[in-house]
Amino acid sequence: MGRQVLVIEDEPNIAEAIKFILTRDGWRVATHPDGASAMAAVQRLQPDVLVLDLMLPGLSGLEVLRLIRAHPDLAELPVLMLTAKGQERDRQAAQQAGANLFMTKPFANAEMLSAVRGLAGL
Amino acid sequence: MPMTGLAGSRVRERRLALRIRQADLARRAGISASYLNLIEHNRRKIGAEVMARLAAALGVEVQALSDAAQSGKVEELRAAAASTPSGARAELERVQDFLGRFPGWAEVMIAQQQRLGHLERVVAALNDRMNHDPHLSSSLHEVLSAVSSVRSTAAILAETEDIEPEWRARFHGNLHADSERLAAGAEALVAYLDGSEQAQDQASAAPQEELEGWLAGRGWHLPELEAGGAGAGALEAEIGALASGAARSLARDWVAQAVRDAADLPLERLEAVIAAQGDDPMSLARAFGVEVLAVFRRLACRPGATGGLVICDASGTLLFRKPVEGFVLPRFGAACPLWPLYTALSRPMVPVEAVAELPGLSAARYHIRAFCAPAFPEGFGGVETRQAAMLIAPSAPKALGKGEPKGEVSLKLGSSCRICPRGACVARREPSIMAEYN
Repeated sequence: MGRQVLVIEDEPNIAEAIKFILTRDGWRVATHPDGASAMAAVQRLQPDVLVLDLMLPGLSGLEVLRLIRAHPDLAELPVLMLTAKGQERDRQAAQQAGANLFMTKPFANAEMLSAVRGLAGL
Repeated sequence: MPMTGLAGSRVRERRLALRIRQADLARRAGISASYLNLIEHNRRKIGAEVMARLAAALGVEVQALSDAAQSGKVEELRAAAASTPSGARAELERVQDFLGRFPGWAEVMIAQQQRLGHLERVVAALNDRMNHDPHLSSSLHEVLSAVSSVRSTAAILAETEDIEPEWRARFHGNLHADSERLAAGAEALVAYLDGSEQAQDQASAAPQEELEGWLAGRGWHLPELEAGGAGAGALEAEIGALASGAARSLARDWVAQAVRDAADLPLERLEAVIAAQGDDPMSLARAFGVEVLAVFRRLACRPGATGGLVICDASGTLLFRKPVEGFVLPRFGAACPLWPLYTALSRPMVPVEAVAELPGLSAARYHIRAFCAPAFPEGFGGVETRQAAMLIAPSAPKALGKGEPKGEVSLKLGSSCRICPRGACVARREPSIMAEYN
């Protein structure tokens, strides 16, 4: 079994593309479309890497990240934050909240792959 | 520090023009020749009494010698220096000399300073719009999301040689849907950024300044609204010509209020009552059975009125500014916290009166009356709103102590802290860039 990634992204076509790329690279990929229940999904799946979109329905990616970092078991979970270009202030806030890496949309597939590998220490 | 004033130069010019010797003028004005010499070289402040005697001896009105007209320009130049770091090197103590010797250049600098303030506001407005406009940011987010999806999906299709037919069909479908979404998002963005009405709003002055500019051009009085006038409809063409929608809306509100004021305080009767019993706003309000603030507006905007008027809301934000010579009203940002306007704001329905002096060398004094009226537009259980207004009447130095209320200067005011030189002021909220004096 490969390593597990959880992608929290409300845009189904983006989630699908990410899922395809990572699956081809040997990852087990789960996707989740909203912020409000994201924390529950993280706790259920216990992923090795989390890809988290900043703009989510229900609860923003920033708030989800704060919940994750506040949880003792998840303080070390590697998190790749997806932000849109021009959200510089959001990005600063996400950095303070404990994101490990950032990627701005639109991203190149190869960048996504190497970022997730890097976060998993591969 | 030596204090310089243009009034001294004007005394000297006038004396030389009349070919009077310094010693003779000094004797006629009842001061020593050496003191007059200091005054003429702008090294002594001229008191109201001495100014009046010098004016009489020179056969001119006090106003012709006083600095009131110039002090506004001095404040503008100081504001220009305050607005830039290199302003710290400006020779602030010689600003009067500069204004006196290069009036044309000074005008250019003042005009540039005003233009700069205007441009800064436009940039701030555009910046706000980019950062906080929900429509713009959601449109951009929509476009960026679609682009992200298109980019990743297209790359998968282009780079994955052994892709399964079902996956390929699915990604083709996604691509198609995202390209439609992208087209719609781009169109919405273009339509939004093209909005000519909004573009116009951004390019113009602050709406309040537009309104004030229009009223100033009309001498602050609108004869159309008086009894027998053509009515508010006659102003619609001029209001329509204002650049921004916000200014047009402010102008219509102002005109509607002015119509009510004109009906409640008919001009002819108002002038007759003022001539008979003076312009005490409380007495006038009682005589006509109207609100005190209506009297304030009417007094400041009746034909030929020279006094100034500022109106603020409960937050202290200035809503209306009719300037008066020599009394600088901040164009934007907060004003001097010592203004009787704010005293009145915290004491609704209580009249506040003061004789005030501005920093600077002019001998000008101002007779100030302020009043605040609370209102409950939603009725008994609703929120309270407030408006405070302040009438600023120039009072000639000569008249002081002769019937003017409280002839002593009771209040030393400023325009706003940043350009105010009163170093030891207890009400100061931020340091001044000005050389200090008290």
